[in-house]
Amino acid sequence: MNIDFLIDNFADLSVTGLAQGAIYALVALGYTLVYGVLRLINFAHSEVFVTGTFATILTLRGIGIGPDDPVPSLLMVLLTLVLASIVAALSSGAVALLVERVAYRPLRRRNAPPLVFLISAVGASLVLMEIYALFLGRDNVRVGNLIKPRTQFTVFGADVTNRQILIVVSAVLMMVVLDSFISRTRLGRGVRAVSQNPDAAALMGVNKDRVIALTFLLGGLMAGVAAVLYDLNFGVTKFSAGFLIGLKAFTAAVLGGIGNLRGALLGGLLLGLAENWGQALLGSAWRDVIAFVFLIVVLMFRPTGILGESLGRARV
Amino acid sequence: MRTTRIFRSAAVLAVAVLAVAGCGGDDGADSAKGGDTCGLSIAFFGAQTGDAANLGINISNGAQLAVDQYNAKNADCPVTLEKFDSQGSPDQAPALAQRIIQKTTIVGVVGPTFSGESKVADPIFNEAGVPLVSASATGPALSEQSWKVFHRVVGSDAVQGPAAAKYIRDTLKAEKVFVVDDASEYGKELADILKAELGDAVVGSDTVQVKQTDFSATVTRIKSSGATVFYFGGYYPEAGLLRKQLTDAGGKDILLVSDDGVRDAGYVEAAGAEAAEGTVVTCPCVPPDKASGTFAADYQKAFNTAPGTYSAEAYDAATVFLDGIAAGKTTRADLLTWVKSYNKQGITKKVQFDPKGDVADKTVWTYVFKNGEIVPDQPVQ
Repeated sequence: MNIDFLIDNFADLSVTGLAQGAIYALVALGYTLVYGVLRLINFAHSEVFVTGTFATILTLRGIGIGPDDPVPSLLMVLLTLVLASIVAALSSGAVALLVERVAYRPLRRRNAPPLVFLISAVGASLVLMEIYALFLGRDNVRVGNLIKPRTQFTVFGADVTNRQILIVVSAVLMMVVLDSFISRTRLGRGVRAVSQNPDAAALMGVNKDRVIALTFLLGGLMAGVAAVLYDLNFGVTKFSAGFLIGLKAFTAAVLGGIGNLRGALLGGLLLGLAENWGQALLGSAWRDVIAFVFLIVVLMFRPTGILGESLGRARV
Repeated sequence: MRTTRIFRSAAVLAVAVLAVAGCGGDDGADSAKGGDTCGLSIAFFGAQTGDAANLGINISNGAQLAVDQYNAKNADCPVTLEKFDSQGSPDQAPALAQRIIQKTTIVGVVGPTFSGESKVADPIFNEAGVPLVSASATGPALSEQSWKVFHRVVGSDAVQGPAAAKYIRDTLKAEKVFVVDDASEYGKELADILKAELGDAVVGSDTVQVKQTDFSATVTRIKSSGATVFYFGGYYPEAGLLRKQLTDAGGKDILLVSDDGVRDAGYVEAAGAEAAEGTVVTCPCVPPDKASGTFAADYQKAFNTAPGTYSAEAYDAATVFLDGIAAGKTTRADLLTWVKSYNKQGITKKVQFDPKGDVADKTVWTYVFKNGEIVPDQPVQ
């Protein structure tokens, strides 16, 4: 136990924890959306995320921003960021749609039992991972030099860098956009209807297949943006990068209440914080233990997660 | 009904394939016996894929070069190098060791590459009496198990750890050192040696995980400890990310000293040349250009890349077996006796083993990363 260290560095640990948690949250949305509609966990979502990390790198390379190049001008950085986000989101979204088409739709047509979906998802995940390893190598691949972390202000002794601000703000912004899309638009209403009662929704004229494809697409888009932020934060990615982040994002989704969009945000941020605080207390080797013990304790008292499963209920 | 039929025909087909494969295997064994001593192989045991594949490929290439050169001279009776990919993971090692043992044409093994996989695979080889010469497994405990088959052509971490500690204490004159390890067999052992050697100078320590990407808590720990040097026991993927994240968080001046598992271009790939600048690594390996003869040039020509960590050592390890085969030692038992009494100048050092399997010459070198390149610095005595 190292309580002094935790107290002395509480603010610093919280800031870095929030940045990591924001990325968890964006990836968690993909799990939550698909679960809300299909009641199954899309285990290939981690590779949907990895697609985005590679798409970002390739976009930067295309523009001519390499890992050892100097940081471009601010305007150029902003334009590149927007472009990279669009490309990454579209690539991830496309792969998510592909996974739905290839790994899920044929099974749904045949009314396969839920376990088969699970196996198919794990298979899709492995196939995608090895494809990336084949074409892009098994080593770390570096991201173009886009942002040099610079301290913007200090909170209780913790330096907050431009990069951390960008990550948290973008993640929350994406959440808000998605949340209002689901709750305000016509398509969003379709998603909620299928989530509440698929059969009734179909009878009311909602095209179930289209809604399911839409949820995969939305999850993919969010994962793509998360991938850009991940690349900015860590500066490298690799074919297997999705495994750990997928696992944590899934945990975050369950923690906040799977099927619940706001729950995913809350779960992600809380998980990022809990991991950092716990590591400070017990040592970094305990990182995953802390994450899962935290999950178990929360589920003991709130079996449906902190905010409950509520994509299905009319509120979201 | 239809499914049953399909299953039945599939089963028949499978049996047929197995029978054919079985015959093929028999033929191979026959020709090995019939053709006097030809058709023998040496196995390479180590990572060819996975996170630390670079280290394994450096080694298998070094061994491959030795075998190719031997075959050029002995074209009528060539030796094959068979590569067994462990992905560097102890989980896969036992099954892989069994496969090597069952293949009777394999008379010796270059490897296993890492200490973790050696710990689980070596007892299996020991039982079957397959001689091993590792070019890279540096765990001190490996030579303390009274395994009769174990040998290595590099000094162990019992030499490397103290050498790193000596470098930090005497050359860098660091008074505050932070020690990090990756919880692996290899990294933890080195970190423990460092902590014991440096004593009060160690102001803090932390353990990270293999495959971890976010090191923010460790970075905070290192920064708040006030250390001027941090030691990392582990491999290059984690070392590179940790270095980069520490530099990004304003810890640019905290120097990293690490081990032979980080002596790889993959480190620069993860950290970036800027953050990697100045990092010091120790290695019980000689600089490739210090290897005698035309090794560096031959390697460059064969693989279109400069020799890496332990490439030259692997060449020496394979040569031990090849010399034995040339001298007519063509069974595992004969080769084991041969290895034990081997005493010859290799390209990296004089190769001679003590009864525990450790090599006599154990010089440790330090290397420094400069402009993304690994530059030899000095031997630490």
